Amino acid sequence: MMKKEKTTLWQLYATFLKIGGLTFGGGYAMLPMLQREVITNNRWVTEEELLDIYAIGQVTPGIIAINTASLIGYRMRGVLGSIIATLGEVTPSLVIITLLASVLTQFQENLLVQRAFGGIRVAVCALIAQSIITLFKKSIVDLPTLILCLVTVVGTIFLHLSPLVFVIVGILFGLGVQSLKRRNAE
Amino acid sequence: MIFLQLYYEFFKIGLFSIGGGLASLPFLYKLAERQPTWFSAQNIVDMLAISESTPGPIGINMATYPGFVTAGPFGGIIATLGEVSPSIIIICIIARFLDQFDKNPRVKDAFYGLRSAVIGLIIYAGSKIFAVTLLDMGSIRYIEVILFVILFALAMKFRKVHPLIWIVLGAVLGLLLKLPS
Repeated sequence: MMKKEKTTLWQLYATFLKIGGLTFGGGYAMLPMLQREVITNNRWVTEEELLDIYAIGQVTPGIIAINTASLIGYRMRGVLGSIIATLGEVTPSLVIITLLASVLTQFQENLLVQRAFGGIRVAVCALIAQSIITLFKKSIVDLPTLILCLVTVVGTIFLHLSPLVFVIVGILFGLGVQSLKRRNAE
Repeated sequence: MIFLQLYYEFFKIGLFSIGGGLASLPFLYKLAERQPTWFSAQNIVDMLAISESTPGPIGINMATYPGFVTAGPFGGIIATLGEVSPSIIIICIIARFLDQFDKNPRVKDAFYGLRSAVIGLIIYAGSKIFAVTLLDMGSIRYIEVILFVILFALAMKFRKVHPLIWIVLGAVLGLLLKLPS
């Protein structure tokens, strides 16, 4: 919040347009770009503030990259700033995906495109398996989290329950188990 | 009307996907089940491949793309706006009223449980992706399974390699091996 008065909406839009266009992958991939743009180039927030903003982005509903953009936008220019920063962040996706999708829909009957995607799908499976293992190691820390994870898998795959059920169960489970742990510790 | 429906469905996805790019996948699969005329489970795998290999947050690409497939370019814009709307609303409320939200011990407690449920949900979405890719009407596609094991082993060994590289390698192998088998 160092240069609050001088930040224009256009600057916000252009900065997040750049961040969106240069970020590949998920929210975690954007941190280096964010640091360069909002700390080094614009001096909008400090390093500590950015880490707090990033932490809030991870614990609020929605896409991390979007939460981070709207929070910085809000700090600079209020609600309008939040909207403009978000629009900047999504513009590259809108343009690139729309162009690619229109080309691919035209060639989806093409044999070579079908073969390429036959292999690409296998690569996506490998990437998903890799992500699952990385996330599993990071978040399944004890018996209760392992049980909840297994219950979620069984509930969605075999009982066809809605994913939303398990988002809510996960929150209540976390609150319940941690408060039990605390009571036992006392 | 299709655009209102798209906005509503992606608003819900934005609201319930907490914590990272793949969190929206289980909700996209449920949506494909409920609205089979919009897009299919196989569409989702292809969209994910494109979303991982193009710039922009995966979560946003995975809203623009299904929106486009469902209702053209304007559909892509509407789905994306739906997906980001809850973020803007919730962030503005938190920024205004809840300072230090992320440091609240209750929020940390909730995330202890939420994170493991989200992994279960990503395993569920993964199982759908594996099923359409590695199986064909219940029978095993052996070439795909062998290729999967090799690519998975490589991806685990060389973790720093960008996903785009594996996707390009997959495309080349798909052409050479004339997949899907």
